[in-house]
Amino acid sequence: MCLGYPFKILEVTSPFTALAESKGVKKEIYISLLPEEVKPGDWVLVHVGFAIAKVDEEQALQTINFWDEELEKL
Amino acid sequence: MKNLKNSEILTFFSDPKVLQPLLSRLKDKLSGLTPKDRIRILEFCGGHTHVILRHGIDEALGEWIEFVHGPGCPVCVIAQSRIDYALSLAEREDVILATYGDLIRVPGSNGLCLQQIRAKGKDVRIVDSSLTTITIAKENPSKKVIFFAIGFETTTPHTAFLAKRIKEEGLKNLLIVSNHVISTEILDYLLIKGLKVDGIIAPGHVSAIIGAKPWEELSFKHQTPMVVAGFEPFDILQALDHLVYLIKEKNAKVEVQYKRVVKPEGNVAAQRLMEEVFEARDTFPWRGFGYVPRSAYKFKEAFSFLDAEAIFPCQFEENTPKGCLCGVILQGKAKPWECKLFGRACTPKTPVGPCMVSNEGACLAYFKYRMAP
Repeated sequence: MCLGYPFKILEVTSPFTALAESKGVKKEIYISLLPEEVKPGDWVLVHVGFAIAKVDEEQALQTINFWDEELEKL
Repeated sequence: MKNLKNSEILTFFSDPKVLQPLLSRLKDKLSGLTPKDRIRILEFCGGHTHVILRHGIDEALGEWIEFVHGPGCPVCVIAQSRIDYALSLAEREDVILATYGDLIRVPGSNGLCLQQIRAKGKDVRIVDSSLTTITIAKENPSKKVIFFAIGFETTTPHTAFLAKRIKEEGLKNLLIVSNHVISTEILDYLLIKGLKVDGIIAPGHVSAIIGAKPWEELSFKHQTPMVVAGFEPFDILQALDHLVYLIKEKNAKVEVQYKRVVKPEGNVAAQRLMEEVFEARDTFPWRGFGYVPRSAYKFKEAFSFLDAEAIFPCQFEENTPKGCLCGVILQGKAKPWECKLFGRACTPKTPVGPCMVSNEGACLAYFKYRMAP
């Protein structure tokens, strides 16, 4: 239940739904629980049919860059 | 800043080239700790337990860290009385019982599970979204459709959304049983009852909804550092790296490692929805814990018309399967292999308790990653 999967938005199909893809699987998901709007290309975290959070690409890259630098120090 | 493709971002978090040096650095830090005993770290979430075992993080760090597996497995913590309740609802001729996947394989007190009841011809449906129950209700106007809703805060908003849609559409034949439980309350209870740990890996996806603030209160109250972590092996190692630092500094604060998903304030829209529909129950039974005050959600008055418990009250007593340690394991007081049934009478094909059924259950994790040849 707490296992969520990142999906990429392909198309926003209604104010409540979007077509999204994860590892080649396309699925209609509900976007009504999100506090912000999503557009094609955005990544969202999906739990039993609903997107519960937008995945922040900027934050992911910051984490990656921070660790790349940290690990270079080793 | 690096310009990575989406696929590269995804693989980074499980790339051995990244994980190896991170692990070495962590081992160095741990060696510098020189504690009397190993440090004890509770991972609340069963999803984390599976990542830790699947990637052998517990074995790689076994010299320094004992992982205490927490109660964050929504299927596992459902009390036996509630499973018996679900079975009794499914037995009714006028009812279609709908629920999320794993639950249908959890045995009731009589040894039968929902899957077997379905094989006997009763109407039990697995749904992959709460809203699917609306379609089922519309297609079956002569039946009562009951959604047996389970989960921590990660799935509570989904049920709240369904409740609002039922109200808006005026659906008369779709009811809900709320078994939604509150993660912060059970963690508080666990620590009040004397579980001793040095640090806690807090649940990433629950926190996507509730944010980091509720953990800060708990961390302060129990003087235990916490790190909210994601579900890739990198996330766990980075969270441990932070935790070990906080433990060393004796700094009882909360850090968010899973920043790409968890905002400090959480998902405010989902929180509002939950508040509109739900309120805390006075008390609720948990597997292993017994009744825990204010640890679960019931419907507010305005939604009581769709509360299945108002029509069919749950009248079952607690009745733990004989020999099953699932409830003890959920409290962090035992490890799966200490159960006499583990891997013998209780296997994924013949589960005795839910900890062997659920993909977030600790027993299934040990069976899959430590017992299988």
